[in-house]
Amino acid sequence: MKPLRITDYTLTSALGAGRAAHLAALRMQRTGLSQVSFETCGLATWLGQVSGLATPISGEFADWDCRNNRLALLALQQDGFIQSVEQLRRRHGAHRVGVFLGTSTSGIHQTELAYQARDREGGGDLPASFDFGRTQNIYSCGDFVRRCLRLEGIAHVTSTACSSSAKAFASACRALQCGLCDAAVVGGVDSLCLTTLYGFNALQLLSAEICRPADAQRKGISIGEAAGFAIVEYSNAPGVALLGYGESSDAHHMSTPDPAGRGALAAMSAAMHRAGLEAADIGYVNLHGTGTQSNDLAEDKAVCELLGTGTPCSSTKGWTGHTLGAAGIVEASISLLVIENDLLPRSLNTRQRDAQIRGAILMENRDAHVPNLISNSFGFGGSNCSLLFGMQR
Amino acid sequence: MSMYIESVGCCAPGLEGWAQSQPVLRGERAYVPTQMPSHPPQRLPANERRRSPLAVRLAFAVAEDALSASTLQPDDLATVFASSDGDTHIVHRLCLALAQPQRVVSPTDFHNSVHNSAAGYWSIAAGAKLTSTSLSARHASFAAGLLEAGALVQAENRDCLLVAFDVRPPETLLAGCGIDQTAAFALILTPRRHPGSLAALHVQTLARVAETRLEEPALEELRRSNPAARALPLLVHLARRESATVLLDGAGGHGLQLELQAP
Repeated sequence: MKPLRITDYTLTSALGAGRAAHLAALRMQRTGLSQVSFETCGLATWLGQVSGLATPISGEFADWDCRNNRLALLALQQDGFIQSVEQLRRRHGAHRVGVFLGTSTSGIHQTELAYQARDREGGGDLPASFDFGRTQNIYSCGDFVRRCLRLEGIAHVTSTACSSSAKAFASACRALQCGLCDAAVVGGVDSLCLTTLYGFNALQLLSAEICRPADAQRKGISIGEAAGFAIVEYSNAPGVALLGYGESSDAHHMSTPDPAGRGALAAMSAAMHRAGLEAADIGYVNLHGTGTQSNDLAEDKAVCELLGTGTPCSSTKGWTGHTLGAAGIVEASISLLVIENDLLPRSLNTRQRDAQIRGAILMENRDAHVPNLISNSFGFGGSNCSLLFGMQR
Repeated sequence: MSMYIESVGCCAPGLEGWAQSQPVLRGERAYVPTQMPSHPPQRLPANERRRSPLAVRLAFAVAEDALSASTLQPDDLATVFASSDGDTHIVHRLCLALAQPQRVVSPTDFHNSVHNSAAGYWSIAAGAKLTSTSLSARHASFAAGLLEAGALVQAENRDCLLVAFDVRPPETLLAGCGIDQTAAFALILTPRRHPGSLAALHVQTLARVAETRLEEPALEELRRSNPAARALPLLVHLARRESATVLLDGAGGHGLQLELQAP
């Protein structure tokens, strides 16, 4: 496929706000996970919580106020991203810039709070201040972001659990290829809520310890929150680019991946095929690597079958936590930092590699130039997406 | 963007299946909104069928209806599932449980609460391993789904099943959600004309437009009551086998022009 240049990007997670904060944390090998408490959640777990979300959204967009949109706004305000989009808008026109975001739970925390408030009042209606359409609705973050950026191109929000914001890149790529828009803002946002904390706990996938991807003693995920955005457009200028993407469905189980890793393999293979690259061209894999027993084994099988056992790979979920619907854009952004800064992050918190995992899990940070890499994102429902990034010369 | 419409699926009050719905949409038979029967998904194993969520049943009903009129096999189709709000009954149960001190969440409710649960169950039931997108664009979810499916057809040269569905929420969420009726529609879209193709469809984006409305008041009410039902003006012309232009509101301050060409 024709490479899609990423002309700007930004991310905000528990590692900090903006690209520099992330690069510094990766270099200093500092995790964003901590044993903080979220709201009234009494579960013993580690969280990748973003600070600075206590202030409600005011002014023109006050109706969209919820944790998810506060996080989206905080992320938009980093790295001069709003100014970059302003230039993009002038260059292409507001109608020709699309918005493709991903989220898994949108503003459901607002609904959780509304139900709690209703119970305190003894039942009846939800509070009049609760705005379902501008908070709970899956498209809420897309609507909020496009209004903040004053964009009027086509827009939708993909919600395929933990592959959501990776698949947003695929949607944008197709839309540009079909001429539905000339450029796009791609990304995603997912924020902490009781639904995912108690939900993953009910599925026995939430770790009481810090997330340890690929570790022999791994116990599951640590949940994080994050938002990130990228500008994609066709351009001959050199720089980082999306060279390929691949999507597949496991057709296996709603909450467990195909143990043979066939869906993951299909997604990675399709990304390499689109990019016209071979195994030897791939210098690093940013794994989905949730730290659950089943994911890490299945993904390793797919990686080793496609790339052999020598390609350096790591999950960065020990740094940020599993940011669910935002994992795609977080790990895409980290992958772009890897390419631009010649730094491969290690599999943080991994003490002893699971003997069944054969891939070259990075146990230490490594300085290396990587021209091309793959970022994996897999979700409930067997939804898989692999993104292949590289340097366009 | 150009594609062909292979077949249609319908499930809404008074529109039970595409075969039964066409005389109604043509105006040959009066539209009578009736209570919808439950639709046990035929392709799911019996134990899954009984406990499948409402939104999954609805999506399966129209997907199965569209496939029954096509020679294409479900595992050869990419899929797009467009829904404004997914399964609000599950959201309701989760938020009720989370408002209690014990916070006992059903693990099944949690994994069924993902917006792509219908897509997940469909891929398992149909053995469909190709790409699948589940998306929302609120009131314009059908329009956004059509653009995504059209882009899969054109950019990836895939046959694609588009399912648009939304369920009437539980009473607690009804006022805020604004979806008054349960309805779903499906289209199978192909890059090439087949002998059985119903029509050619050309889609382009425009500045904001006034949407095409329906003449029959009860059908117009249905169109406005559910995001998936924005498909109805297109389906009326398909049922009449006539060429037509349909205007649809899009999500981002723009509109869609659909040019339908009868064979």
